[in-house]
Amino acid sequence: MRWFWIDRFDEFVRNRHAVAVKNVSLAEEHLHDHFPGAALMPNSLIVEGMAQTAGLLVADAIDYNRRVVLAKVAGAEFYFDAVPGDTIRFRAEILDLKPAGSFTKVSSTVDERLQGEAELFFAHLEPGEGVPKLFEPEELLKWLDQMHIYDIGRDESGQPLQRPDW
Amino acid sequence: MPSRDEIFEKVKTALVDALGVDDDEVTPGATMVGDLGAESIDFLDIVFRLEKSFGIKIPRGELFPEDVLSSTEFVFNGKVNAAGMAALKARMPFYDLTNFEQNPSVQNFPNMLTVEDMVRYVQSKVGH
Repeated sequence: MRWFWIDRFDEFVRNRHAVAVKNVSLAEEHLHDHFPGAALMPNSLIVEGMAQTAGLLVADAIDYNRRVVLAKVAGAEFYFDAVPGDTIRFRAEILDLKPAGSFTKVSSTVDERLQGEAELFFAHLEPGEGVPKLFEPEELLKWLDQMHIYDIGRDESGQPLQRPDW
Repeated sequence: MPSRDEIFEKVKTALVDALGVDDDEVTPGATMVGDLGAESIDFLDIVFRLEKSFGIKIPRGELFPEDVLSSTEFVFNGKVNAAGMAALKARMPFYDLTNFEQNPSVQNFPNMLTVEDMVRYVQSKVGH
C-alpha cells in the first residue's frame, strides 16, 4: 500500500487554498478491514487526505525549504461516512503561516455535502531537528506532477506556478 | 479596550479549543503544562488563536523565551542564573516569576506558567 490519500489537485492557489479529490474505491484493501462487511473510508485516513492537501499547500508556500510535519489535529468532526463510489473533495485554507509552523483549516465534502472538517497544525522543521529526510527531490517532484500541481496551480496574482528545477 | 474579565474569557476559549479541556478546568491559577496538559506544539497553536482572537502579533520567544532558556550566557548547570533571571523579567514583565526564582531549573519553566500569566500577557499586548 502506498501512503497517497489524494488522487489529484483541482485547485491550487499559492499561499491561499487548495482543492484535492480522492476517489474511494472498493478495490482499496483498507476499506475492508475497518468494519468487515461494511466497507467505508476510515475517518483517520480522511484526516491523512486533509493533511496531504494542506501539507503540500504549506510546503509550496515555504518553497519546500523545511520539512512540513503534521503536528496536531484540532477539532476534527465528521458528519457521515464516505463509502466506495464516493468522491471526496478536500478544501484546505492557510489561516496563518509562521517560520516555525502553520495553521490550516480543511473540510471534506461528498456531493457538496459537508462530510468532515478539522484544523490542522504543521510544524516546519529544519534538517537535523529529529526528522529524517522525507523525500528525495526527484521523488517529490514526481508526486507533485502526478498531483497536477503545475498544471492547475496559480500564484496569488493568477499566474501559472513555475515547475521547480530540482 | 477589553476588560480583564473579557480578556480572560477569550483566553479561556482559546485554551479550550487548543487543548481540548473543559471550561471549568481553565481557572486563573491552572498551570498550562501540569493542569491543562499543554505540550510544546500547543503553545504554537495558542499563539495562532490569541493572535486571531485579539488581533495582536506575538513575536517568537515572547510568550515562551526559548532563546533565553537555551543560552549558555543565561543558563548554568541547567539553572537560570542571575543575568538570565534579569533577562526574563525584562522580556516578560507580565509573568509572575516568584515561584520560579525559588528553583530556577530550566525544566521547571513550562510548569510554572499559569492561565493568569497568559491573561496578563495579553493585557500587556492590548494596551492595559
